[in-house]
Amino acid sequence: MEWAVADVVGIREETPTARTLMLRIPGWKGALAGQHIDIRLTAPDGYQAARSYSLSSAAGDELAAVSVELMPDGEVSPYLVRGISVGDQLEVIGPLGGWFVWRPEQTEPVRLIGGGSGIAPLVSILRTHIRSGNTAPVKLLYSVRTPEYVYFSDELDALTAEAGAEVAIQYTRHAPPGWQGTIGRLDARRVTDWAEGDQNASTYICGPTRFVELASDALVAAGVDPATIRTERFGGA
Amino acid sequence: MGIVTPGFFGKHREADPKLPPGQYETKDFPVLSAGPTPNIHDGEWAFSITTETGEVTRWSWDEFRALPVEDVHTDIHCVTRWSKFDTDWRGVSLDTLFEGIETSAGYTMAHSFGGYTTNVPLEDLLGGKAWVAFEYDGEPLDPEHGGPARLLVPHLYFWKSAKWVKGLSLHDSEELGFWEVNGYHAYGDPWKEERYYYDS
Ligand SMILES: Cc1cc2nc3c(=O)[nH]c(=O)nc-3n(C[C@H](O)[C@H](O)[C@H](O)COP(=O)(O)OP(=O)(O)OC[C@H]3O[C@@H](n4cnc5c(N)ncnc54)[C@H](O)[C@@H]3O)c2cc1C
Repeated sequence: MEWAVADVVGIREETPTARTLMLRIPGWKGALAGQHIDIRLTAPDGYQAARSYSLSSAAGDELAAVSVELMPDGEVSPYLVRGISVGDQLEVIGPLGGWFVWRPEQTEPVRLIGGGSGIAPLVSILRTHIRSGNTAPVKLLYSVRTPEYVYFSDELDALTAEAGAEVAIQYTRHAPPGWQGTIGRLDARRVTDWAEGDQNASTYICGPTRFVELASDALVAAGVDPATIRTERFGGA
Repeated sequence: MGIVTPGFFGKHREADPKLPPGQYETKDFPVLSAGPTPNIHDGEWAFSITTETGEVTRWSWDEFRALPVEDVHTDIHCVTRWSKFDTDWRGVSLDTLFEGIETSAGYTMAHSFGGYTTNVPLEDLLGGKAWVAFEYDGEPLDPEHGGPARLLVPHLYFWKSAKWVKGLSLHDSEELGFWEVNGYHAYGDPWKEERYYYDS
């Protein structure tokens, strides 16, 4: 596998601070749901910076999609969210990672827990689940600041309806008008209440480090077998 | 050099000779693990070396803590591209742990609480190159960072420095550990950018 030059063929604004980039990668044979690619940028003097981004596209998709959240003092994400346009090129390598993946052969219930941009690989799992006709129950707990920070907002309902998935959104700052649920940071109680009941489930948790720690610690403390929990830590605090 | 990305200039530009290719310096201490952080109770931790003939040498926490310790000042390099300079650790040298061990094996597998494994050639653990560390920056090692004790093999990418380590097994031929079967390089030299299995 080598670095490939990908064409940016589509861009979608997800939230005020995040974008999905659709990439056409020469020789791309698809990926497993949950895998990531590395994106590398090169300055005119040859200086390079590379970072990892989870794929939000389904396993077999012809185009690779990544969804990037802007880190205000970051190096790579500001460029991907503010700098790049359709028609530009980027270097990529992948797909990468063989652990935080979901395969259509899996028959156990699936629990997905995402914070912020951590929704990206979980959406890939949902899409792949639908595509494969897998009938195992799947549910999603998604933590976001406010309604306008929900990624894939126009698709999420359709996607989860099609997957027969149950979705619980945790708004951490404020919720849409008429919201019946709780508002505030995800806590251990909320995670374990939500997770209760699915025997033998596999759990996929993805997001900023502290979010992943909180959710995985809560499940382990509630007696979930750590071997059934896969985590992807996007970094930061 | 790759294709130039118009309008990208980069931030972390210091051409520091301490920085392996493709890495950037971070002052934080990021956490990366495949699953939850194990909660290892007092008294539960023990460390063992199992030779290729099946002979087991075991240290309880108290026995381990009675061994001579070394202070280690080193740079560390994570395959996800951050490097952290001038980190301070305290631990027991693998040379100390291997003093009474009879082996002609060339390979080791590190085993952790939680089931994580990683393979390292034996020669990369001996000769002052590796430790079982139990303190970071003068404090007991945080569970997130592998506490109560982790392997420290700073000359390889940091996934080789197994957190929550509980033992080593010795092998005549190389087997692959957790990340190594999941797409990462068998050896992992940061200076050669041996990140993924195809970076031969
Ligand atoms: C396997 C993997 C998959 C990833 N997938 C995605 C993805 O799908 N979408 C996405 O947006 N990001 C993803 N990330 C994070 C991404 O790789 C970068 O770390 C992120 O875009 C910041 O890069 P940067 O160059 O802008 O910031 P940097 O210059 O690297 O860092 C700037 C500051 O931001 C902090 N920071 C980095 N990441 C986070 C975070 N997640 N939360 C809070 N603070 C942070 C750093 O600690 C630092 O202080 C993934 C990371 C990994 C390891």
